[in-house]
Amino acid sequence: MPATPAIKVERLVKIYRKEPAVDDISFSITPGSITGLLGGNGAGKTTTIAMIMGLLVPTSGRVTVLGADMPQQRYRVLHRMNFESPYVEMPMRLTIRQNLTVFGMLYGVRGLRDRIEQLGQALDLTELLDRPTGKLSAGQKTRVSLAKSLINFPDLLLLDEPTASLDPDTADWVRARLERYCRDRHATVLLASHNMAEVERLCQRVIIMKRGRIEDDDTPARLLARYGRRTLEEVFLDVARRRDEAREAAQ
Amino acid sequence: MNARTESALAFSPRRVAAMMLRYWYLLRSSWPRLIELIYWPTVQMITWGFIQYYVMQNAGFFARAGGTLIGAVLLWDILFRGQLGFSVSFLEEMWARNIGNLMMSPLRPFEFITALMVMSIVRLSIGVIPVTLLALIFFGFNLYGLGLALAAFFFNLMLTSWAVGIFVSGLVLRNGLGAENLAWSIMFVFMPLTCVYYPVTTLPVWLQPAAWLLPPTYVFEGMREVLIRHTFRPDLMFDALALNVVFFAAGVFGFLKLLQSARRNGSLMQTGE
Repeated sequence: MPATPAIKVERLVKIYRKEPAVDDISFSITPGSITGLLGGNGAGKTTTIAMIMGLLVPTSGRVTVLGADMPQQRYRVLHRMNFESPYVEMPMRLTIRQNLTVFGMLYGVRGLRDRIEQLGQALDLTELLDRPTGKLSAGQKTRVSLAKSLINFPDLLLLDEPTASLDPDTADWVRARLERYCRDRHATVLLASHNMAEVERLCQRVIIMKRGRIEDDDTPARLLARYGRRTLEEVFLDVARRRDEAREAAQ
Repeated sequence: MNARTESALAFSPRRVAAMMLRYWYLLRSSWPRLIELIYWPTVQMITWGFIQYYVMQNAGFFARAGGTLIGAVLLWDILFRGQLGFSVSFLEEMWARNIGNLMMSPLRPFEFITALMVMSIVRLSIGVIPVTLLALIFFGFNLYGLGLALAAFFFNLMLTSWAVGIFVSGLVLRNGLGAENLAWSIMFVFMPLTCVYYPVTTLPVWLQPAAWLLPPTYVFEGMREVLIRHTFRPDLMFDALALNVVFFAAGVFGFLKLLQSARRNGSLMQTGE
């Protein structure tokens, strides 16, 4: 019997003032996998993630997360999920330790003091734990957001541009931690990103969105083969610029 | 009760404590925030204290009604600061762009509201207790001398301030920080109608029924009864309580509806202006 999908999206639509932000999309994500959600600005990635998180009510369609209907049954599963997004921040005046304490309590984490120390070590934040979050560099803040998103050992992690504003070295370092976490905990990740190298490295599957619709959905290797390209960036540009002829020629 | 409602109503004191801890960390880390809590109530009390002192020397009636002005100022501050304490704690989340984190966490709306109510008492205590002591030292006005009446006044005023604070928070959640000014000014709409500084009979007859629809009107009338006629009127307090139950329920209902609307139109993702 196949495992229940970690995320199941069925005929999802979101319309703002007659304009569809997400237009009839369906997909499901296998537990323990890392899936990339690609698309240009306004493609509908953030709106899709917001509906999966239960922050936004769909106009029509259905979202099921870890077996619970969203947003109606969100409190059944919110303690098993977490997220990171550049659209939200951690309170700046609180120290990293204080922020992690508050969120740890909200998520009902047991052995919170040890968990904070553990995250401090894993994300190289130990020396900074008692520093106000507002006094950190952009890269350090991203690591703090990541620590918050991992505080409750989530089974499902939703990441919106997790390495935006990071230098290549730190971004690579963060990716390695994410990869290890998912492998060790068999966690599911849905990752929205503009960074094609990141998606290529982390994701077993890529969903490409454009104008609220799914334009393509496959493994990175198959996408490269189908479009006859060497990098996902080239595939992305093909889709973004509607170079459908390239795809047809390759096929 | 269906599973959805049951789950949404599940209440965790630990999550409430987490939110209180968050606001306590914030207050502790910022001396301007602490000073702000005390500064304005002190200025107001001293100003009105001197006005009352002057009036008492020049008018027989006010000499008998010793303390009505300072009493009114202090009770008004409980109402105003109670609502502000609630709303500012909520606004801190909007300013910090932290609402998304909270809405995505297992924190229930009722836990959030409870934490904000408790924090409004904490903030009020920090601001108003020192001022009541100053009123005693400078003008010999002992607010605590009101005894049981003070407890009834306080309880009713806090209920009104929470009802208004909850509703305003819903408006800010739905409409973004563009609605922030309401948090600072909405209570002043009540000021002339709740008859803080004068009896209800001062209002035109046609306006008096509107005044009696507001719970604080009963509190300020009750305060004048105590200070001028030395009589505590429990009937006024029960009327205020009954109205407060309606106000509070309406505030919570409004907040939940506005939250629902924010989830529909995407305001929770755009917590700016």
